[in-house]
Amino acid sequence: MLKGRAFKFGDNISTDHIIPGRYAYLRSNLPELAKHVMEDADPEFAGKVSKGDFVVGGSNFGLGSSREHAPLVIKMAGVSAVLAKSVARIFFRNAINLGLPVLICDTDGIEDGDELEVDLAKGTVCDKTKGKELTFSKLPKVMLDILAKGGLVPYIQKHGDFKL
Amino acid sequence: MGKTLAEKILSLKSGSDARAGDIVIAQVDLAFAQDTTGPLTIRQFQTGKFQRLANPQKTALFFDHAAPSPNRELANDHQMMRQFAKETGCMISDVGGGVCHQLVAESLAKPGDVIVGADSHTVTAGALGAFATGMGSSDVAVVFALGKTWFRVPESMKIAVKGELGRGVMAKDLVLQLIGTIGADGATYKALEFGGEGLRNLKINDRLTIANMAVEAGAKAGLFPSDRVTREYLNHQKRGEDYQPLAADGDAGYESQININLTALEPTVAQPHQVANIAFARELKGTKIDQVFIGTCTNGRLEDIATAAKIMQGKKRHPPTRFIIAPASPQVLLDAISAGYIRTLVEAGAVIMPPGCAACLGLHQGVLAEGESCLSTANRNFKGRMGSPNAFIYLGSPATAAATAITGEITDPREVM
Repeated sequence: MLKGRAFKFGDNISTDHIIPGRYAYLRSNLPELAKHVMEDADPEFAGKVSKGDFVVGGSNFGLGSSREHAPLVIKMAGVSAVLAKSVARIFFRNAINLGLPVLICDTDGIEDGDELEVDLAKGTVCDKTKGKELTFSKLPKVMLDILAKGGLVPYIQKHGDFKL
Repeated sequence: MGKTLAEKILSLKSGSDARAGDIVIAQVDLAFAQDTTGPLTIRQFQTGKFQRLANPQKTALFFDHAAPSPNRELANDHQMMRQFAKETGCMISDVGGGVCHQLVAESLAKPGDVIVGADSHTVTAGALGAFATGMGSSDVAVVFALGKTWFRVPESMKIAVKGELGRGVMAKDLVLQLIGTIGADGATYKALEFGGEGLRNLKINDRLTIANMAVEAGAKAGLFPSDRVTREYLNHQKRGEDYQPLAADGDAGYESQININLTALEPTVAQPHQVANIAFARELKGTKIDQVFIGTCTNGRLEDIATAAKIMQGKKRHPPTRFIIAPASPQVLLDAISAGYIRTLVEAGAVIMPPGCAACLGLHQGVLAEGESCLSTANRNFKGRMGSPNAFIYLGSPATAAATAITGEITDPREVM
């Protein structure tokens, strides 16, 4: 069970909101890069987020660049999962490849600061603040397996190949 | 039922009867990374202890996003990439070599290929009939090691094109209109497949611009058939042997169809801070522009520079407006020099950058200050993309960009032609 607060963002949060391209020079210095997580969407985010919290987006979360640093800095901030109504495909794959769960569900009713509990096995999100339960779409098997191994690189190390 | 282009290519490369919605493992013909995603790709490769590349001759590293290096940190990243290339024997395109997607189009992509790159605009090679898509560093590191990856076979949307582009209207206007119509997530997880009699009027440079921006509608691929236009381009690139005809079956199943009449299009601009936020250039008259930028994997080709040069011939840029041009490759630069375009543009007040991504992503060569506005021929206008998060980016065609450089405000190119 994952527990934490919701940090709510709107629709079309791009990889430039998550980690602006102008910080590309910090990509080999991850602790410094991570200080800029979500900077162009909420400059205070890095200072407010705590371990276990959730990033909650609207539709088309993570559109834009292929930079894996986007889900990486979100994960480094201690975020336990990203929830959104829909997610851009490269971000989706990148997050799973790093072992960061991405849950597709109707996030309209979730507000900033709500206390959430996520049961990955059952596929439910409980908004404790609102007293509401949501269900999220199941991932394809290959993505569930990658997530279960903590990411793509450990998955390939374990299996030596893709197992469909 | 027949197959879409996406289903055909993924069937061939996975050795299975691939249909939309299936998950397949496909052989990859080319895998690459660039200088802002390459270092993490290499680290993931090393973390996985993968030892050697599956196919060094099908693996490439490109230096384009920040090349030559603008600072110490990126210089160190470049050094690390050079070391990896030396150790593994992969292809390398060092500083000044040009934009990865342009080089892939000029020299590497073939109809029917599967191409993955650690760059979202890898979709560009769909112009040549390759199933090309962007992935992150972990995925590409694994392709480096195994020579294959998994795909969910996408549903395809058919974009049927008819007619001919009018004076002052370019392929960029088509793709901006398309994204404005279907939205920034209108094609998420899907392939855009272009067809119709109007395709004969879209040359490879036009198709590269269109395929390049498929990802701005969320698409996994932007696919063109391989036809006479493709053959002419490959012959011109002295790669005639790479040609094979390739088209979707007549009875392929599409998720939806959108019709576009090229003749009816007008110069179009994407306004801050989203690509789908479009308007006609004429509707934005009076919008002051501090910097005009022509270049990138979207519009840094010879035909783009030629269009700008023809509009600028004998004219000058509006004095306070900066005018930056970055040819997408050395071939483009040399051809533009031979044709006299570079002279015309420099005389008009342009500054020429080395082949590469230049100002596109805010790392160097034209970073925007607080409150500034830029008219760029690139593919993204997200907040903060070109420097200050308080700057404003408008996207348009090279014709619109040149017209805007002359007046210092967003201008429909037909007004100055």
